Amino acid sequence: MNEMNTEGYVTEDGRKIGGVVMEMRNITLRFGGVVAIKDISFDIRQGEIRAIIGPNGAGKSSMLNVISGFYNPQVGEVWYKGERRPQMKPYQVARQGIARTFQNIALFEGMTVLDNVMTGRLRHMHAGLVAQSLWKGRAEAEEVKNRESVEKIIDFLEIQHIRKTPVGRLPYGLKKRVELARALAAEPSILLLDEPMAGMNVEEKEDMSRFVLDVNDEFGTTIALIEHDMGVVMDLSDRVVVMDYGKKIGDGSPDEVRNNQDVIDAYLGVAHD
Amino acid sequence: MFYREAGDFKTSYAEDTQTFPIRFDRYRYFAVLAVAFLVVPFVINDYWLNAVFLPFLIYSIAAIGLNILVGYCGQVSLGTGGFMAVGAYACYKLMTAFPDVNIFFHVIIAGGVTAAVGTLFGLPSLRIKGFYLAVATLAAQFFLVWLFNRVPWFYNYSASGQINAPERTIFGIPVTGAETAPWATYLLCLVFLTASALIARNLTRGMAGRKWMAIRDMDIAAEIIGVNPLRAKLSAFAVSSFFVGIAGALFFAVYLGAVEVGEVFGINKSFLVLFMVIIGGLGSIFGSFAGAAFLVLLPVLLKNLLVGGLGWPTDLAAHLEFIIVGGLIVTFLVAEPHGLAQLWRVAKEKLRLWPFPH
Ligand SMILES: Nc1ncnc2c1ncn2[C@@H]1O[C@H](COP(=O)(O)OP(=O)(O)OP(=O)(O)O)[C@@H](O)[C@H]1O
Ligand SMILES: [Mg+2]
Repeated sequence: MNEMNTEGYVTEDGRKIGGVVMEMRNITLRFGGVVAIKDISFDIRQGEIRAIIGPNGAGKSSMLNVISGFYNPQVGEVWYKGERRPQMKPYQVARQGIARTFQNIALFEGMTVLDNVMTGRLRHMHAGLVAQSLWKGRAEAEEVKNRESVEKIIDFLEIQHIRKTPVGRLPYGLKKRVELARALAAEPSILLLDEPMAGMNVEEKEDMSRFVLDVNDEFGTTIALIEHDMGVVMDLSDRVVVMDYGKKIGDGSPDEVRNNQDVIDAYLGVAHD
Repeated sequence: MFYREAGDFKTSYAEDTQTFPIRFDRYRYFAVLAVAFLVVPFVINDYWLNAVFLPFLIYSIAAIGLNILVGYCGQVSLGTGGFMAVGAYACYKLMTAFPDVNIFFHVIIAGGVTAAVGTLFGLPSLRIKGFYLAVATLAAQFFLVWLFNRVPWFYNYSASGQINAPERTIFGIPVTGAETAPWATYLLCLVFLTASALIARNLTRGMAGRKWMAIRDMDIAAEIIGVNPLRAKLSAFAVSSFFVGIAGALFFAVYLGAVEVGEVFGINKSFLVLFMVIIGGLGSIFGSFAGAAFLVLLPVLLKNLLVGGLGWPTDLAAHLEFIIVGGLIVTFLVAEPHGLAQLWRVAKEKLRLWPFPH
């Protein structure tokens, strides 16, 4: 593995990874009798692509939901940018700069692609209701300025042609891309992707992988992603957390994880004691 | 006809977000405004005013208000009648308590009072949705009518229990009371409708509208990308009730002049405005106009055609009206939730491509 210290490390392809932006400490999350996450700790560093993998039901989505404030863990602490995060509502977490996509697409079906992506900008828009109702001053200036940023993202993800299309009419692959656009529009400091390539064909997966790499490369966005396709994970990620039955069974570079006996067992389905 | 986007290139994002991006639509809009402000006031008479224009203008304001709540924010309300009553009674109390203040401001403040009451009754929407919310707003409807009936303070202890609008003027011209001229009341309501439509349009094309629609389409996703559901829903209730309150104030002070609350602002009114929104088109400002026009004109048309023309009995024509409205509601709900506005949009879409549809 690469040299790692508090300042960060340098990846094999020469990208500089910074210090820790988000740290999960001893997280335990229960739903009644079901323990979805059992005492898990890991960190996410500035500028890296961090993967979370594991078999179905391992607790990966639950972990993203803890990060985005949708679930509150019974035990454990979330540290963000060097401070312990108090209990927060999901919209407050979003406004801190944590954006995400969902395993089952969660777009606003009745709105156009443009409006969906513009909604992603809401943490950058502050005009009051009165200004908005007159479409004057700050309201108008904000609309134009934020539209420019949104158009850049629309160009970047190559969805110009469907800008004005209601999202409900789009095919699955494009919806996934629009959802990524909406998350990117927030200019997040951490981007959470829950199975961004699920249900895609090979070509769409390649496109999506390229977008993820480009986002990380061009905007320096820190990315945490869940993915089942091992090929994709190995190609994209800098470090990998492996979960199984709510427990962390591996954490390290793709190579380390691939050679970890526990991980191999989990994926080959060795009986649990 | 040259109904085209081609050759009408947008060179800035500000131009692209304007209300009527296609030049022809813009011209038609100005033409309608010009006729409404410069022609109609000179030709309008009492019959047209009371049978068609005043109800159309005032119901359009109410429908715009309700559409913001139901069509844009996805929160069902059956309390429109009750909220119109709040606007009416607020206006009445203001008119009688502050006779020196212009009625124009009374109407606006009545809207503000209704916004506050609407926000209060919107609080349950934070916990309950859909059918249950509809029932809660229905309770608001009955409660408000009961309140205005039972507490004499609201009708200034008058013996009849009614409220009556005293004469008030704007620039010396009477707009309420017995001595009004048709053009004056028409213009007053037209000004309120135009302003309401502009404000509603601006709100719905900007961030406020996006937040409302996000809540409507998927509230959990909306919250996770940063929409505060409490503020989004309550602001929809506030803005919606503001317009509904203005409509109620005008309905009482300018249109009817005297109101008995149970009769005028009962549950029927809630359904009437809801039907306007459904038939006109959920989530469309233009649809609010279309729905109001349709439901105001339909009875007038049937009466003139069937009763006046063919000599049918009046009650038969009224029954036919129920059947038509009922049938349309079902049809639109099942086949075209975006209502008349969508039919119009599809027609324009076809026209834009005509005569080469491919
Ligand atoms: N809201 C909930 N209520 C009850 N149990 C839940 C809830 N959410 C998740 N679980 C349970 O927690 C466990 C972990 O689920 P989670 O969705 O996090 O798994 P996952 O790793 O994302 O799986 P997949 O690969 O199938 O998406 C499962 O046993 C699941 O049934
Ligand atoms: Mg999952």
